[in-house]
Amino acid sequence: MSANLAALIWEATLQTLYMVAVSGLIGTAIGLPLGVFLATSKRGELMSAPLANRILGLIVNAMRSIPFIILVVAIIPFTRAIAGTSIGTTAAIVPLTLAAAPFIARIVETAIRDVDGGLIEAARAMGANPGQIIRKVLLPEALPGIVLGLTLAMVSLIGYSAMVGAVGGEGLGDLGIRYGYQRFMPGVMLVVVVVLIVLVQAVQSTGEWIARRLDHRAAKDRGP
Amino acid sequence: MSQMSPVPQAAPAIAFRDVVKTWPHRGGAVAALDHVDLQVPRGGITGVIGRSGAGKSTLLRLVNGLERASSGQVEVLGRDVTAASGRGLRDLRRNVGMIFQHFNLLANRTVRGNVALPLEIAGTPRGRIGPRVDELIDLVGLGPLADRYPAQLSGGQKQRVGIARALATEPKVLLSDEATSALDPETTTSVLALLRNINRELGLTILLITHEMAVVRDICQHVAVIEAGKIVESGSTYDIFAAPTHEVTRSFLSGVTGAALPGFIARRIVPEGAGPAILRITFAGDSAAEPVLSRIGSQLGVDASILSGAIEEIDGRPFGNLTVEVPAADLSRVRDFLHARQLGTEVLGHVG
Repeated sequence: MSANLAALIWEATLQTLYMVAVSGLIGTAIGLPLGVFLATSKRGELMSAPLANRILGLIVNAMRSIPFIILVVAIIPFTRAIAGTSIGTTAAIVPLTLAAAPFIARIVETAIRDVDGGLIEAARAMGANPGQIIRKVLLPEALPGIVLGLTLAMVSLIGYSAMVGAVGGEGLGDLGIRYGYQRFMPGVMLVVVVVLIVLVQAVQSTGEWIARRLDHRAAKDRGP
Repeated sequence: MSQMSPVPQAAPAIAFRDVVKTWPHRGGAVAALDHVDLQVPRGGITGVIGRSGAGKSTLLRLVNGLERASSGQVEVLGRDVTAASGRGLRDLRRNVGMIFQHFNLLANRTVRGNVALPLEIAGTPRGRIGPRVDELIDLVGLGPLADRYPAQLSGGQKQRVGIARALATEPKVLLSDEATSALDPETTTSVLALLRNINRELGLTILLITHEMAVVRDICQHVAVIEAGKIVESGSTYDIFAAPTHEVTRSFLSGVTGAALPGFIARRIVPEGAGPAILRITFAGDSAAEPVLSRIGSQLGVDASILSGAIEEIDGRPFGNLTVEVPAADLSRVRDFLHARQLGTEVLGHVG
């Protein structure tokens, strides 16, 4: 492999990391509060708002139903309005974020619903208001689950980021298609795949490690 | 009435007045609490005993507004819980601690962190939280375990954390929701002893719910028996143990007062018959130590054989319970003899 090609792969890796990191970050910023709301706003729950819950739930489901490649193309005008352009790595962040946010919202919702209802009751009995219950009980207790879910979301984003080549998003997937497939250079394709595997592996292991550190539910670190 | 139990002061700590709680059910409604009137005296330990589903849990949750009454009034420390909401209700809850059957500790906070939680919620300044938490952890005897996580503690230790946490904001009332039901007997005893100490030393009013009469016997001065949403009997623990009037109370008592019949008799017992009568004699107060059986023998010439019995202490006074078998022909003479000596009797049946 020539030095030129190595530089291309390196550049593509950085582009992928950039797209995944930024869309993951913004997606979390949107998805986390949305997930908290979905988990606490059904009838009779902490922030009971059944109608808003239904509507947001429908929107989230609709967003998650759209195949990613269609989403990318369908929201081009929106992407242009947000990013100023509809092609390129930065533009690709818009559809990636839109795909990540509802996914993350559902993950956060599930992790929060896993928190024992007895803890909410105990906090209410202490005189906690809904905001305190969310900040001091639900989020900290759900954190290990949320971290594992975010790990899953990042891995999915790495996969999605390979499709944004369709709108000039560049990155590893795009490189693999253009060189490996269109220019018939299977070696490049192989290297791209290997880099992706390493990336996914690294993200997964890091996520699991963090989640384990945060999780004190099992008596694994029994003291002396 | 019992001399030992504290005289109820003018205002009870908790008062239920004609409380009804219904749940919607298939278009209609089922009553969880059916016109409940109950007063919980200040500074005492009151137990509400009932089977599961009898409504005791709902009753307890009305006190700190975790449940709202459908009608009627619940008053705590002179404040109407049924009318409180929002901030007023949250303030009231800081004066009412609560402990739970399954402890409900945060898994991702240490002992220290769990005990600090109610103080953080109450907005206690950070500098004051640390010393107060250490004080509470010492009070419940968990000093060396302060930095452990709940998963590293035994059930009894977890409940001690729960108690420390419940006391953090210096409440005047402590609610206990089956706090010892998930614990083994030995641990139960030590947790109950802790509750009694807290009651004495801090003058805390404790309202507990349980399905175990042993818990009532061990620490409650007052007891109310709940069945199908109604309080069927209430009074001082001693009086209820000495003279239960309701069937449900009797069945709860049979397990703890030495009044349970041995299986070989219980299997043969019939309500009516010519066979020997099974008689339960209850001894209260000073007569608990009297040699009643030998007097039946010497003065009436009747042989009574002992089937089961026990003498124990309830609220500081002796209380005994003896089940004997006497010939059917002598039954009424024996009962008259016993009644003349202020002893309670109850015919459980005849050996068939």
